[in-house]
Amino acid sequence: MPFIANTAEQQKQMLSEIGLTMDKLFSDIPKGLLAGSLNLPDGLPEQEVRNVLADLADKNSINLTLFLGGGFYDHFIPSAVYSIISRSEFYTAYTPYQPEVSQGTLQAIYEYQSTICRLTDMEVANASIYDGGTAMYEAMMMALRITGRNKVIIDDSVNPIYRVMIESYTRNLKIEHVLTHCETGLVDRDQILAKLNNDTAAVILQNPNFFGCIDDFSDIAEAAHKKGALLIVSSYPISLGILKTPGSMGADIVTGEGQSLGMPMSFGGPYLGFMATRMEHVRKMPGRIIGRTKDRNGNDCFVMTLQAREQHIRREKATSNICSNEALCAMTALVYLSLLGKEGLRETAQLCADKASYAYNRLTAIPGVKSHFKARWFFNEFVLDLPKDAADVIGKLIEKGFAAGFPLSRYYPDMKNCILVCVTEKRTKQQIGMFAEALESVL
Amino acid sequence: MIPKGLLYTKDHEWAKIEGDIAVIGITDHAQNQLGELTFVELPDVGKEVKQKGELAVVESSKAASDVYSPVTGKVVEVNKALQTKPETVNDECYGSGWICKIQITDKGSVQNLIDATQYEIYLKAL
Repeated sequence: MPFIANTAEQQKQMLSEIGLTMDKLFSDIPKGLLAGSLNLPDGLPEQEVRNVLADLADKNSINLTLFLGGGFYDHFIPSAVYSIISRSEFYTAYTPYQPEVSQGTLQAIYEYQSTICRLTDMEVANASIYDGGTAMYEAMMMALRITGRNKVIIDDSVNPIYRVMIESYTRNLKIEHVLTHCETGLVDRDQILAKLNNDTAAVILQNPNFFGCIDDFSDIAEAAHKKGALLIVSSYPISLGILKTPGSMGADIVTGEGQSLGMPMSFGGPYLGFMATRMEHVRKMPGRIIGRTKDRNGNDCFVMTLQAREQHIRREKATSNICSNEALCAMTALVYLSLLGKEGLRETAQLCADKASYAYNRLTAIPGVKSHFKARWFFNEFVLDLPKDAADVIGKLIEKGFAAGFPLSRYYPDMKNCILVCVTEKRTKQQIGMFAEALESVL
Repeated sequence: MIPKGLLYTKDHEWAKIEGDIAVIGITDHAQNQLGELTFVELPDVGKEVKQKGELAVVESSKAASDVYSPVTGKVVEVNKALQTKPETVNDECYGSGWICKIQITDKGSVQNLIDATQYEIYLKAL
């Protein structure tokens, strides 16, 4: 059955009713952009479709031991997370269309916003957006609105996938991107300060950065503020269990990918973009916000608030075209954080850091394997120099049952032999040992 | 209901001309249509605006509207009291609910405004 279920006969009837042909109906679309044949195979019986799909699925390498991070992380997810979020009362993808009828959903989103504020040390969070990359793009656009400027400084230690997304979103906008280069693992202050001026809307950084290194951006926040610019920081939420918060560094907008908060890794998501700012900027922040208020009987209740910023009211002047949220993913993050609690989150973060440190020592003891950066300030990811092409090594280790890490040459051409290795609380000492042996054997 | 000494636009702004300064606000019709205001986004002092250019934003719980500048000039003062009490615009739209003061740089722009009688006729025809 076709996706739009109408027959050729029905199409003909509809076209004759409005007095058009199919060609004329689509005449506004340039010929070169019209899809020709969709090149789809003929239909198959269900049983055969299942076989085809099973064969395709078999091509995936499953049950690999993961040392791969790079923005998405393999953390332990308590079973209770699924049990709670799959309750039918919670199981919805978006904020409901009659939001105030769904007080439970609104309360959950409100509590999610509160947890994001506490994690990041910021004053107000939105109800979530699509993913870490969109969140960063939206933060950048927000900074342009707040400052009325059009230049942003972004460091190349920011997740390259986010940077690609920002470039593609803004290709047709008049925004000047200034890329600074991270050489030592820590952001180069001199470069940033040299580029920072009265045209700068924002400095965009990440902590821990894409190479896993930890920094304190307080000095950059101060310098940016002196020039009337904002500091945008993308965070890895689990790391906030032990790291200095972006809020306490003086960040103006904090974003990040929330997948690590109870969501499995999967191609294309669904993922969770979180975003928080200070109260003074709340009207410039995109996305839904749930607020707590009193109903006419004086009882606590939850409402969608500040909707005048949004597309259905503000039309083309809305803060964003995003007028919804990732409600189920936000719910997942909330449930995950509630189950872990404050201590649990701290312990998880500490375990990640400790195990990564152990792995770093174990792996850099292998002859020919060296730490890429001199400084050893990482959270749970680090860059190693291998004696060979990292992508080849990673390929060989897949055969041995390991997803060894991220080949940095994919986005950093100069880092051909560099691998980004990630260790979460799920990795055992034994797994780390076996991984080290496997790595040594393929070098 | 419609004060005599002021000049008006068809977008429901009013301007009170005092020498080369124009005090700007929105009309009773406008505040009534919007309902209780929850926020007024004031322009920056020093902002240069053209007649009919975007000047401010008035926001109620279910709507947000641009306020267009009745005259061409430069913003010299804004009504900061509206930051904490936007509902003043509902209560006294022609008085303490003023939005900003503009130093008129193009006197000709004032000629395009209509007087109270013309505005009243315009409203009745809506």
